[in-house]
Amino acid sequence: MANEICFRTLNHKEPWALSTYQSLGGYEQWKRILKKKTPPQEIINELKESALRGRGGAGFPTGLKWSFMPRNVEGQKYIVCNSDEGEPGTFKDRDILRYNPHALIEGMAIAGYTIGANVGYNYIRGEFREPYTRFENALKEARAAGLLGKNILGSGVDFELHSQLGAGAYICGEETALLESLEGKKGQPRFKPPFPASYGLYGKPTTINNTETLASVPMILEKGGKWFHELGKPNNGGTKLFSVSGHVQKPGNYEVGMGTPFSELLKLAGGVREGRRLKAVIPGGSSTPILPADVMMDVTMDYDALSKAGSMLGAGSVIVMDDSTCMVKALARIAHFYFEESCGQCTPCREGTGWLSRVIHRIEHGEGKSTDLDMLVDVSKRIEGRTICALGDAAAMPVVSFIKHFRDEFQYHIDHKRCMVSA
Amino acid sequence: MINIEIDGLKIEAQDGAMLIEAADEVGISIPRFCYHKKLSVAANCRMCLVDVEKAAKPLPACATPVTEGMKVFTQSQKAISAQKGVMEFLLINHPLDCPICDQGGECDLQDLAVGYGGGETRYSENKRVVKNKNIGSLIATDMTRCIHCTRCVRFGEEIAGVRELGAIGRGEHMEIGTYVASTISSELSGNMIDLCPVGALTSKPFRYSARNWEMQRHPSIAGHDCVGSNIDLDVRDNNIMRVVPRENEEINETWISDRDRFSYEGLNSKDRLTAPMIKQSGEWQRVSWDTALAFALNGVKELVGRHGAEHLGTLVSPSATLEEMYLLQKLVRGLGSSNIDHRVRQLDFSDQNRAPAFPYLGQSIESLGQSDAVLLVGANITKDQPILGHRVRQAALFGAKVMCVNSVDYKVNMPLAEKLITDVAGMEAALAGILKALLNMNKIAAPSGIDQLLHSVSISATHEKMAANLSKASHGSVLLGLSAASHPAYSTLYALAECIAELSGAKLGSLSLGANSAGAWLSGAVPHRTADSASSNQTSAGLNAIQMFTAPRKGYFLFGIEPEFDSVDPVVTTQSLKDAEFVVAFSSYASTVLSDVANVFLPISPYTETSGTFVNVEGRWQSFKGVVSPQEDTRPAWKILRVLGNLFELKGFDYMSSIEVRDELKKCLGDIKLSNKRAWLCPELSGNISEQIVEIPIYGADAITRRAVSLSITPDATGHTIVMN
Ligand SMILES: Cc1cc2nc3c(=O)[nH]c(=O)nc-3n(C[C@H](O)[C@H](O)[C@H](O)COP(=O)(O)O)c2cc1C
Ligand code: SF4
Ligand code: FES
Repeated sequence: MANEICFRTLNHKEPWALSTYQSLGGYEQWKRILKKKTPPQEIINELKESALRGRGGAGFPTGLKWSFMPRNVEGQKYIVCNSDEGEPGTFKDRDILRYNPHALIEGMAIAGYTIGANVGYNYIRGEFREPYTRFENALKEARAAGLLGKNILGSGVDFELHSQLGAGAYICGEETALLESLEGKKGQPRFKPPFPASYGLYGKPTTINNTETLASVPMILEKGGKWFHELGKPNNGGTKLFSVSGHVQKPGNYEVGMGTPFSELLKLAGGVREGRRLKAVIPGGSSTPILPADVMMDVTMDYDALSKAGSMLGAGSVIVMDDSTCMVKALARIAHFYFEESCGQCTPCREGTGWLSRVIHRIEHGEGKSTDLDMLVDVSKRIEGRTICALGDAAAMPVVSFIKHFRDEFQYHIDHKRCMVSA
Repeated sequence: MINIEIDGLKIEAQDGAMLIEAADEVGISIPRFCYHKKLSVAANCRMCLVDVEKAAKPLPACATPVTEGMKVFTQSQKAISAQKGVMEFLLINHPLDCPICDQGGECDLQDLAVGYGGGETRYSENKRVVKNKNIGSLIATDMTRCIHCTRCVRFGEEIAGVRELGAIGRGEHMEIGTYVASTISSELSGNMIDLCPVGALTSKPFRYSARNWEMQRHPSIAGHDCVGSNIDLDVRDNNIMRVVPRENEEINETWISDRDRFSYEGLNSKDRLTAPMIKQSGEWQRVSWDTALAFALNGVKELVGRHGAEHLGTLVSPSATLEEMYLLQKLVRGLGSSNIDHRVRQLDFSDQNRAPAFPYLGQSIESLGQSDAVLLVGANITKDQPILGHRVRQAALFGAKVMCVNSVDYKVNMPLAEKLITDVAGMEAALAGILKALLNMNKIAAPSGIDQLLHSVSISATHEKMAANLSKASHGSVLLGLSAASHPAYSTLYALAECIAELSGAKLGSLSLGANSAGAWLSGAVPHRTADSASSNQTSAGLNAIQMFTAPRKGYFLFGIEPEFDSVDPVVTTQSLKDAEFVVAFSSYASTVLSDVANVFLPISPYTETSGTFVNVEGRWQSFKGVVSPQEDTRPAWKILRVLGNLFELKGFDYMSSIEVRDELKKCLGDIKLSNKRAWLCPELSGNISEQIVEIPIYGADAITRRAVSLSITPDATGHTIVMN
């Protein structure tokens, strides 16, 4: 039961080709909808039943999100796909673009139809040159096959889809910063409300979903919401792409059912390196709280279980650390990332991320003070929940969780001016 | 109305209001930096976080709309800890050297830090240092002090209409700077000084000259354009240290133009005239007031005796006060001369008898901002009347179609729906084209004579679009600007604009020169009307500002006039003055040209040193007091004129105060009709015009502004922004 949804084409020759996709039933859903003029509510109901939740990190139920789009309102609306994938540890959307771009195109077309948008944009991370080209080629194929454009297959339905390459800012993955960037402005999150569903791209109602979310849609419609739901766990439907990285034998993307025990996922990835022991795992991307090995070995990989365990599923980006890892150094690296990527508009994040990063860097380099640890936690709490977007939280949560679980290592650095791990 | 509760106080808030507005309304203060009621909401400083019932996180009051039944706590543990947290973040990278910061004592950060800041810092890392930028002669930068509230950036985008400052870089490296040009060119730029909550943007001319607690603040009225912006003058040791806006929603809101803000520099110019002087055998000497007045009296008396009173000409600055103008005309008319004028830039006076009581905007300033179509005729509104330009721009942003017919392609800061740039001679044809298009379009009966007048006029697509925009508008405005008023065929332009306005249902309005053209008309500082008959004409009119020099007089009164600037033909004017037998100059400055032509200097107080009244373009009378005492032997001009009146043994010069002067005039005038309506009379097209219009330099409109050094080196003053057609 692996690689069935977003990676459906993976084991075939030229998995990215239109012909491959179509040979496996691709675009049949799009065609069916166009022909039958399926009522949008039917599609939304199917999605609700599937318990598909947003794969971009926040896990918001997708069916519900689509239902927020103003229905009987005239005027331009947009569907936007978030392929910015910048969170450290995450590399699943890249492989969807590379290996199964048509699933995304079909998903976006269906989404556009459902929410009443006849234009879509896929915002692709600036560094993704190869995936961008793959996606562009797929767009060409789909246009040539008459699956996109005006009056698609004589249905009277129009749908145009464009891709846009980012320019190397993590913050542009935040949905409203992404919209600003798409509009040609500086990528800075907007204050919400209003939410994109009422005030989105160019001020028009807009739905934004993650690549994996949208690429899952055609299969859900093919096999039914119930089927998808049952691939996972109640309230945590479907399979999920886990990007496993770090100290494992076989790092890579694994598409497995929601609720798969972490221990199994670790096995799939070949286990930790020879002669090493698992020390800790960041289960959902660098912004999610780190969990120690013993907690992880008992947890299943789904939204609810991870949240109960004190962390988050995030984008399913599993960063595995074995016992050679210095937790201070790891945190210093993460803190530096958020410091560099803060957009700078709001005070707690602009000022706080630099402060956190500098203090952790100091501790790592043997210049820590006994008051630093409590102060770091306190400063993190002063950022969390007080910023315009969630980058502030993303910067704060790792600090709090690292110190919570590995305080002794930080203390050792402060007291002995060197690392406990290498000692 | 929406019912909410803030800190236990039940209040009603406007639908759609943000929490901070509702709180401000009832005087509950919520700390803030980025929020400003005239700018869009950025919600970036996070200082205004408050505790809202049922919300998990503290919410920014500036960006949280009120909802029915909302309960807000601004003083709860949750709110205070959020606010204190933000304050700590703001301070960690902010220099803590308030004593050497120019903003010290009037800094929002300093003030709020007293309430929300900690006693000592927990921050032991290196502080951020940001390089300063040189953005011109008006604004000093100290960018390390910037707290990134982006008020200045939003001001540029939303109010000034030029994106000159922007936030460059991200995160901690974010800096406010210029990205296109390096110098700020907005005519409203000084407002950024007020907007900046810290010492990052401060006034360059004022920098390090005074602390706010050393100064006293006095209300006044700006004296440099027809808007009459409300201002405060900050005074220390009898010196005007700076000028800042005083809020008046109906006029200038919270803004003032750079001209109104920085002109005060000219008050202490080196050539300021501070004592009475007389010229004998070509030598100037300082004398007592008695001597000077006796000298003036004799000189004028002899002249009138020799040549008759009709040989006296009087020119008054359109920025003089109402009281000064009224007394001056009373004096010269008392002597038997009606040759008095303030229209120093006008060429065509042919329909002065049909002019309304004063050049009237045709509506209130607030109403102008609600126009949905505006036709600017010979108007550089952005630079000449920046506050009105701002109103029109706001209208444009709300979708108004702003159009212009100009002989110079002025740089404007708003989207223009249509633009017609022609040479000076083509102005008539341009308006005639619009008028003809309007007639064709609406199939309305043309006012008498118009059909024939427009017979050979051709219509372009632009004419048609302009006509259509005005016709469709429910609140159209047609405005004649300063260059229209200086046009050789002004009366024709006026009549055509009048007809366009009438036929399209738009409001017709004039923009006028100086601070008090309206007052000049009302007080009788025109050759054909007096205060008793401000809207009807005298049977025998005196000479106007041009005639006085084309038919040179033997003697002149110059009041606040600098002949080389305040004249359409400086050469002729100056020569006539030189040739005259006797010239009395009431002036605040002794310029070279004036010294050359005058026989006596009577040093008069500028508007900051005398009480007086300006009537603005809406017809609004605004009186002010002198806020500093007259420099040395300078005297308020109304007092000098009173004494002169008595010396000439004229009746009715026994005033105890300028208020008495004003009230007498007011009584004289009775009810003034605010209207531009008049009986229709078809104009004539003058055909070939060869004259050029001499544009009035933006910072050359009056004697004080001309001497403001910092303004004189801005891009506007050096003329880099204007392209002659
Ligand atoms: C700082 C920040 C970065 C983010 N980066 C991404 C990203 O790279 N890709 C993504 O899909 N969502 C990202 N998100 C989440 C999006 O804002 C948004 O929730 C998501 O695209 C919604 O799609 P979904 O409902 O399908 O998950 C980011 C959020 C934040 C606060
Ligand atoms: S939290 Fe950080 S990244 Fe998000 S808006 Fe604020 S400054 Fe920008
Ligand atoms: S005043 Fe509300 S966030 Fe700045």
